[in-house]
Amino acid sequence: MADTKDQLVALLNEQFDAIVEAWIATQKDEGVRRSDLFSAKETRAQTVRLLTAFRNGVAEAETGEDLDLRADEWAELRETLSDLGRERVERGMTPTEMATFVAALKSPLFHSLRERMAGSPDALIEEVWHITRIVDAFALYTTEVFIAERELVIERQRTEMLELSTPVVQLWDDILALPLIGTMDSVRAQDVMENLLEAIVERKAEIVIIDITGVQTVDTQVAQHLLRTAAAVRLMGAECVISGISPRIAQTMVQLGVDVGEVVTSGSIQNALTYAFRKVGVRIAAEETPKGSRV
Amino acid sequence: MSDAAALFHVEDVLLVSIRDDIDDTDILDLQERLSESVARRDVQGVVIDISDLEIVDTFVGRVLGQLAKIAKLLAADTYIVGMRPAVAMTLVELGMTLPEMRTALNVTQAVRRLRESR
Repeated sequence: MADTKDQLVALLNEQFDAIVEAWIATQKDEGVRRSDLFSAKETRAQTVRLLTAFRNGVAEAETGEDLDLRADEWAELRETLSDLGRERVERGMTPTEMATFVAALKSPLFHSLRERMAGSPDALIEEVWHITRIVDAFALYTTEVFIAERELVIERQRTEMLELSTPVVQLWDDILALPLIGTMDSVRAQDVMENLLEAIVERKAEIVIIDITGVQTVDTQVAQHLLRTAAAVRLMGAECVISGISPRIAQTMVQLGVDVGEVVTSGSIQNALTYAFRKVGVRIAAEETPKGSRV
Repeated sequence: MSDAAALFHVEDVLLVSIRDDIDDTDILDLQERLSESVARRDVQGVVIDISDLEIVDTFVGRVLGQLAKIAKLLAADTYIVGMRPAVAMTLVELGMTLPEMRTALNVTQAVRRLRESR
């Protein structure tokens, strides 16, 4: 195997620029040179960087049967791939395009080798197999990087969504409101409860209105979560009002046999707010002269 | 006499402050002292401050409930104040919602509510 490896290293050293050109050309032929996403200059810089890392890796690492891209010698290549992968995910490239981009390296390498080793077909085939293995491992690794990057994006969006979905707003002194939107699962319910209890301590609230107008379905589980939140709120020394119970949800809750116990409920957030005002001793009065009658 | 819980008389209110390191014997001891104090003096309300308490288990939860029932029998209302969010969540998980207990955010609020309910 040593021979084939030396051949490849020599080839990469001698014809580096030519291979870069041919690689870029192949990317273009394969239709993965996304000129809409990357300028020609960027593509060239990336290609050169990748090929340099590839050459250094090939020169130092084990490339035969024991090829392992996780070895230390490939660290430079892995890092380069991660950087490029991240950049490409952000700009909206697909995994296929990314893998094809890497695999496009095979064609120029094979062409150059055919010229170099025209006299010894056996050695040529050996060399082709050798390169195929490395470049394939390389392309597979690219896909892994790609997926990992995507998962990071998904995870980030999930946390953002969780934060967005549990906003506690202060409506008045001592009155907090928590408008719930979407579906309630156990994780979210736990999150809602934690945020709400922290907010009660922080803002010394006496009344908390949980508005479920935007909750799509209320089943026994969701109802349980709500009632548990209400119980925890009460233990903290505040009172919980559940508002936004639509006629349909009221019917479902009764059919499911959900007992809200002493928790105050109301149809609209307006009623809930009126109740809360009364509880904290605030009164809202209409202006004495109605607006329309002013001169 | 352990100092894991302290009792103060302020006018007709009995303030109880519980420290974090209270153990099972201490809390039973507190139950004893509390019932005697409520019965001996003319106490209208009991306010138990548990803001130092970081962990509660079923035992502490149950004894707290019992304190409230004892005070009620002796004609005093019990408020529990300053419960931490984590403690509230644990109690709810354990299914102990302490229905016999009144709650308030802090001592001031509890005393105000006691006065209002009079």
